[in-house]
Amino acid sequence: MPVIEVAGKQVNVNEEGFLTKYDEWNEDIAKALAKQIDIELTDAHWKIVKFLREDFKTEGETATSRRVQTVGGVPVKDQFVLFPKKPAKKMAYIAGLPKPKGCV
Amino acid sequence: MTPEIVPNFGSENSDRKLAIICSKGNLDMAYPGLILANAALGEGVETMIFFTFWGFDMITKSRMNDLQFSPAGNTAMHLPGSNMHIPQAMMPAPGMTAVATRMLKKSIADLDVPEVPDFLDQIVAAGGHLWACRMSADMNKLTMNDLRDDVEGIISASDFIEMTDGAQLLFI
Repeated sequence: MPVIEVAGKQVNVNEEGFLTKYDEWNEDIAKALAKQIDIELTDAHWKIVKFLREDFKTEGETATSRRVQTVGGVPVKDQFVLFPKKPAKKMAYIAGLPKPKGCV
Repeated sequence: MTPEIVPNFGSENSDRKLAIICSKGNLDMAYPGLILANAALGEGVETMIFFTFWGFDMITKSRMNDLQFSPAGNTAMHLPGSNMHIPQAMMPAPGMTAVATRMLKKSIADLDVPEVPDFLDQIVAAGGHLWACRMSADMNKLTMNDLRDDVEGIISASDFIEMTDGAQLLFI
């Protein structure tokens, strides 16, 4: 797996560019990843990113859009506004987590 | 210098469209269309769903909470978590549909997958479009007042075909 430099730090990523090591992520990296996909992180974005990070710690997998709504408290509609077109994957990418596995 | 690797999240202006025709009102057959619609929306694909014949029950307020699953006639049906079949002759027994419906609802809920009305809420929130079939409405003597508020209209089959020009199509 490739190692690339993001925000001045060497990180392991998969072939698509998703971080593969939970602990290599930090907030500067999140900002840099977001910028690469044309997203400027606001408080509303951070709320989701932080939820995803915390949820992954206990669940061992990335929360789906559905879970971000029901457990994280951010409606699906807002997720589409904050992370246009492909919210689940974009949220996971910025949070340094794998793509969600769940279908729903 | 290490090369940057950025995921390809597709072009912002992708014109991929998906049209799904939901024609079944059994609980088990309601889900495939909803799961695929939800997945497509999550991938940035414009999605339109047309509810027709028994699929009309999925958007009819008085029926959408009460979709049922019957094992009768379904030879693929086995007991959950096992390979054991119940003989088909027993399937029409009283109460069988209620038991099977309850079991299926539980399996679905265990996966955190919402019930049909909730699922449609989510699909609409994600930008999906719901349309109702004119002939089904006329047959059932139903109007827009009988349908979910987010159904965009009761339209003919030709209207739907016209509006989904260029879309990929699924008939379920």
